[in-house]
Amino acid sequence: MSIPGFLNRFFSKEQNLSSKDVAKERLRLVLIHDRSASLPDSVMLALREDLISVISKYMEIDQAALEVGLTKSDDEVTLIANIPILQIKRAV
Amino acid sequence: MGEVIVVTSGKGGVGKTTTTANLGTGLAMAGKQVVMVDTDIGLRNLDVVLGLENRIVYDIVDVVRENCRLKQALIKDKRYENMYLLPAAQTKDKTAVKEEQMKVLCARLKEEFEYVIIDCPAGIEHGFKNAIAGANQAIVVTTPEVSAVRDADRIIGLLEAAGIYEPKLIINRIRPNMVQSGDMMAVEDILEILSIDLLGIVPDDDTIIISTNQGEPAVTDNNSKAGRAYKNIVKRICGENVPLMILTDNVGFFARVKSFFGNK
Repeated sequence: MSIPGFLNRFFSKEQNLSSKDVAKERLRLVLIHDRSASLPDSVMLALREDLISVISKYMEIDQAALEVGLTKSDDEVTLIANIPILQIKRAV
Repeated sequence: MGEVIVVTSGKGGVGKTTTTANLGTGLAMAGKQVVMVDTDIGLRNLDVVLGLENRIVYDIVDVVRENCRLKQALIKDKRYENMYLLPAAQTKDKTAVKEEQMKVLCARLKEEFEYVIIDCPAGIEHGFKNAIAGANQAIVVTTPEVSAVRDADRIIGLLEAAGIYEPKLIINRIRPNMVQSGDMMAVEDILEILSIDLLGIVPDDDTIIISTNQGEPAVTDNNSKAGRAYKNIVKRICGENVPLMILTDNVGFFARVKSFFGNK
């Protein structure tokens, strides 16, 4: 279930969500926040390396300028990657 | 060489001490050589839950400071002669024991006992680090509440970071009627969130309060549902394959349609 969908249902009360479902959804979100906060640097570094190797198969990217990070808001944690492209292979 | 199992939770009040007392007593009833160690220095309670509070002379701090020999500090239970308690100190500071000393202590205890069960204090600070220092296995206790499950998740991460892999989960204080009505997270919900192996489930049970009042762990009482749940967990610790207890006793419509915990 998407977060806005969940909030919608929760606040509009069109459909009564059981309190257990509310608990589970809150827990899911809080754990994403908790776990992302204690994510070791090595994980983000490994992710960065893997991203580079996968994307480089398809296009030439500016590795030095590549940015990968987590952005947190109240209702979600998003993985944001900013990857400048230097050159794209011509399609055949 | 025995197993050193730490019982931990992060959050306070979820039943660590009760779980330690029941598993320790259950293992002793099964004929195992057991010692329970209370590491909650300054707030000792395991002695009271076990009904051994009047027999304490020395404590864990006396042992690590060599004010007494290890044997002198171990309290031998009168009901089960293969069961011992090493009590926490009540007056000293929780920094009175160091991780290195705990490792040495656990190594000595597991030479003589098949099971060394360590009751961990709440929190993730000094007391927690001490409690897990000498352990090679961990049991994480939680209840079906957001706060307790969240703390359990943190504890699982910290245990693994400390090299104690694959901790096992006990979900305590389940209220089957509330689970059925959708007002309490079910076992499956919690397992899905924590992705960890389940060691057992324990129903919320008034007999726990009575047995704690009397200093007689519920596992000794065959009429106690929680006691039977602990007995099952003891069997699993000993390597037996025991199915999960079916907690619904008044079989209602939902229970007939779907047994929540059965057939796993």
